[in-house]
Amino acid sequence: MVPISYYLILSGILFACGATGFLIKRNIISIFMSIELMLNGVNLSFVAFAAQWHALSGQIFVFFVMVVAAAEAAVGLAIIISVYRTRETLNVDQVDLLKL
Amino acid sequence: MTPDLHLWLIPVLPLVGATINGFLGKRFSRQTVAAVALLFSGAAFVMVLLVASRFSSLATPHIEFLATWIRAGKFQVDFSFYLDQLSLVMLLVVTGVGFLIHIYSVGYMWEEGGFYRFFTYLNLFMFFMLTLVLASNYLVMFIGWEGVGLASYLLIGFWFTKDSAASAGKKAFIVNRVGDFGFLIALFLLIKHFGSLNFDQVFRSVIPMGPETGGAGLLTAVGLLLMVGAAGKSAQIPLYVWLPDAMEGPTPVSALIHAATMVTAGVYMVSRSHVIFERAPMALTVVAIIGTLTALFAATIGITQTDIKKVLAYSTISQLGYMFMACGVGAFSAGIFHLMTHAFFKGLLFLAAGSVIHAVSGEQDMRQMGGLRTKIPWTFWTMTIATFAIAGIPPLAGFFSKDEILWRAYQASWVYWLIGLFTAFLTAFYMFRLWFMTFFGKYRGTAEAHEESAGDLARGDTRPGASASHGHGHGGIHESPRLMVIPLVVLAFLSLTGGWIGVPGSLGGSNRFDRFLGPVFHSTIAAGVEGHGLAAEKEAEGPEPQTGHGTELIFTGISVLAGLLGLVLAWQLYYRNPQLPQQIAAGLGSFYDAVVHKYYIDELYAALFVKPLIAGSALILWHGIDQDVIDASVDNGAHGANEVSDSVRHMQSGNLRSYAGWVAAGAAAVIAYMVWMGTR
Repeated sequence: MVPISYYLILSGILFACGATGFLIKRNIISIFMSIELMLNGVNLSFVAFAAQWHALSGQIFVFFVMVVAAAEAAVGLAIIISVYRTRETLNVDQVDLLKL
Repeated sequence: MTPDLHLWLIPVLPLVGATINGFLGKRFSRQTVAAVALLFSGAAFVMVLLVASRFSSLATPHIEFLATWIRAGKFQVDFSFYLDQLSLVMLLVVTGVGFLIHIYSVGYMWEEGGFYRFFTYLNLFMFFMLTLVLASNYLVMFIGWEGVGLASYLLIGFWFTKDSAASAGKKAFIVNRVGDFGFLIALFLLIKHFGSLNFDQVFRSVIPMGPETGGAGLLTAVGLLLMVGAAGKSAQIPLYVWLPDAMEGPTPVSALIHAATMVTAGVYMVSRSHVIFERAPMALTVVAIIGTLTALFAATIGITQTDIKKVLAYSTISQLGYMFMACGVGAFSAGIFHLMTHAFFKGLLFLAAGSVIHAVSGEQDMRQMGGLRTKIPWTFWTMTIATFAIAGIPPLAGFFSKDEILWRAYQASWVYWLIGLFTAFLTAFYMFRLWFMTFFGKYRGTAEAHEESAGDLARGDTRPGASASHGHGHGGIHESPRLMVIPLVVLAFLSLTGGWIGVPGSLGGSNRFDRFLGPVFHSTIAAGVEGHGLAAEKEAEGPEPQTGHGTELIFTGISVLAGLLGLVLAWQLYYRNPQLPQQIAAGLGSFYDAVVHKYYIDELYAALFVKPLIAGSALILWHGIDQDVIDASVDNGAHGANEVSDSVRHMQSGNLRSYAGWVAAGAAAVIAYMVWMGTR
C-alpha cells in the first residue's frame, strides 16, 4: 500500500503549483485554472485521509468541493466573459477599477 | 373658607402677552403690538385689583396650590402662590406702576426699531416679577428672581448693536450671578436643615428657635447669604456697580426695572425672610450697615454726575440703601413703605427724565439742558412733584416713608440716623441740582437749532443707538405726546398722595400702612422667644414707643430742615451762582476727582476681578486647557489616525495578486508556526 505521505506530498505539490500560478499569471483564465488546481490538491488530501482513517466524511467533502467548484466555474466563466466584453482584455492588471 | 382667587392668572396674563408678541409681533402693526401688551398687563392689574377688593374677607396667608413640581422623599416643592399683605402691596406696585410704564413706553418707543421685541421683554419681565412676588417657596421665588434678571439683561442690551449697551447688559447679568450664588447656597442650607423651601414650613421650624447671639449660627449664615443675593439684585455695596451702567437701556426700562420694581426684589426677599433675620441679629446688623453705607456712598457719587439718568441711578441705589437700613433695624414695614413710595416717585422721575431726553432729542447731559421749564410744562410740573417727594418735603410721599425710616433708625442707633439724615440732605441737594440744571437758567444745548432747520434731525448729539428714536420728524424742544404725559400725571398724583396712607401717630395719623402689614411682620413675635435680638421689633410693636410724639416731631423737623437745606444749597450753587460749583470742585482737588470717577470702584473691580479673570481664562483656560489639551488631543488623534492610515493604505493596493500573495504568505506563516509547535 502506498504510504499516505506520498499522497500528501503530491497534494502539497499540486497546491503549491496552483498557488504559484495564481500569483504569477496575468491571464484571468490561467488564474482560474490555478484555482482549480489548488482545489484538486486539497481534494486529493481529503480522499487520502479518508482512505487512511476509513472515514467516509472526507470523500463526501470532496463531492461537495467538486459541486461548488463546478458552480464556481459556471459563475466565474460568465464573469470572465462579461469582463472581456466590456474591457476587451483578459489581463487582470488592467482590470483595476478599485485600485487606489 | 378659601375662595378661588385664580391667583395664577396674575403672572400668566403678561406671559400670554409676551408669547403672542414674541411669536407673532413681527407681523403685527405697531398698534396691534401695543394693544396686546397693554391689554395683558392691564388685565393683570385688574386681576390684582379684584384680588385686593376681596382681600379683607380672606384668611391670610392665602395659599393657592397649582401643581407639584419636585417630590424627592420628604422634600417637596410645589408650584403654589402665597398671598398676604406684603405680597398684595408688591402686586399692586408691580402691576400698577408696570401698567403705567407700559402706557408710557408706547409713546416713548413708538419710533423705535424692535418695537414688538421691547414689549415682549417688558411683558416677560412682568411675568417673572409677579412670579417672584407671589411665590410660596424659595425655589419658585428663585425662578422669578432669575427671570427678572434675564428680562433685565435683555432690556439693558435692547440696543444691542451699541457696544456699551451690550456690555452693560452682560455686566448686570454677571454681577447678579455673584449675588445669586449666595442666594442658592442659602437655599441649600435651608433644604439641608429644614428639609423644605416653603415659606410656611421653614418659618414654622424657625419660629421656636431663639435669636443667635454668638453670631455664628445657621440662621446667621442663611441671613448673610440671602443678603448677598439681595445685594446683587438690589444693587447694594459691594455689588451695586451694574445699576449705573444699566441706564444704557431705554428709559422706561430704567423706570420700571431699575428703579420701581426689580431692584426692590432684594428688599422684598429680606422682608419676606424677616423671621430668619430677626433671629440672626448679626445678619440684621450687616444688612443695616450695608444699607446705610450704600445710601451715603451712592448719594455722594450722585452729586457729581452730569448724566441725568446716572444721577437718578445713583439716587436709586441710595434709596435702596434706605430700605435695607430700615430692614436692618427691624422696621420691615417702613422699608416696604419706602419701597412703595419710591416706586411712585422714582418711576416718575425716570419717566419725566425720559420725557426731558425725548424733548431735547436724546441729549442726556444736564450741562446741555437748562431753561426747559416753560418749554415742557407738564414734564416740569410732574418732575417737580417727584423731586420734592424724594427730597422729603411734606406732605409728599417721600417725606412720610423716609421720616419713618429715619425715626426707626434712630431708635436702633443714632449713627444710622445721623448718616441717614446726612444722606437725606445729599439726596435733596443732588435732586434739586438736577432740577435747577435741567429746568432753570438758560438753555445751553443745541437742540434749539433744530427748530430753524426742521427736518434736519438726529445730529451728532443724539445717542447712536437711539438716533432713530428721538428723530421724530419734528425738531426743537417739544412736549411729549399725551400717551407719555398721562402716566406722568398719574404717578405725580401717587407721589403726592401715596404717603398719606402711612401718616405716623405724631402727625395725627394712625400709620395705617404699618398696621396693614402688621400681620406679616409681627406675627412671629408672640410665638418668638424673648431675647434682645427682638428688642427693636418689640419696641415697634407697641402702639407708640415711649419716647413720645414730641421727640418724634423734633426729628421730623430736623429731617425736613435737612431737605430744605439741600434745596437752598442747590439753589445757591446752581441757580444763583452757576460758576461756584466749579470753583468748589477745583478747591476739593483730588477728592472731587475720586468722586467724579465713582471712587474708582469700577477700575478697582476691573483690576481685582475682571482683568485677572480674563487673563486667567485666556492663558490657562483658553490657551492652556482648551487649545493645548482639548483641541490638541482631538487634533492629534485625527492627525495620528491620518498618519497610520497613510502608512497602511499601501496594503490596499487593489492589486489582486498582491492580495493573493499576502494570503499565501500568511498561510505559509501559520503552517510554519504549527509545524514548529508540533515538532517541539
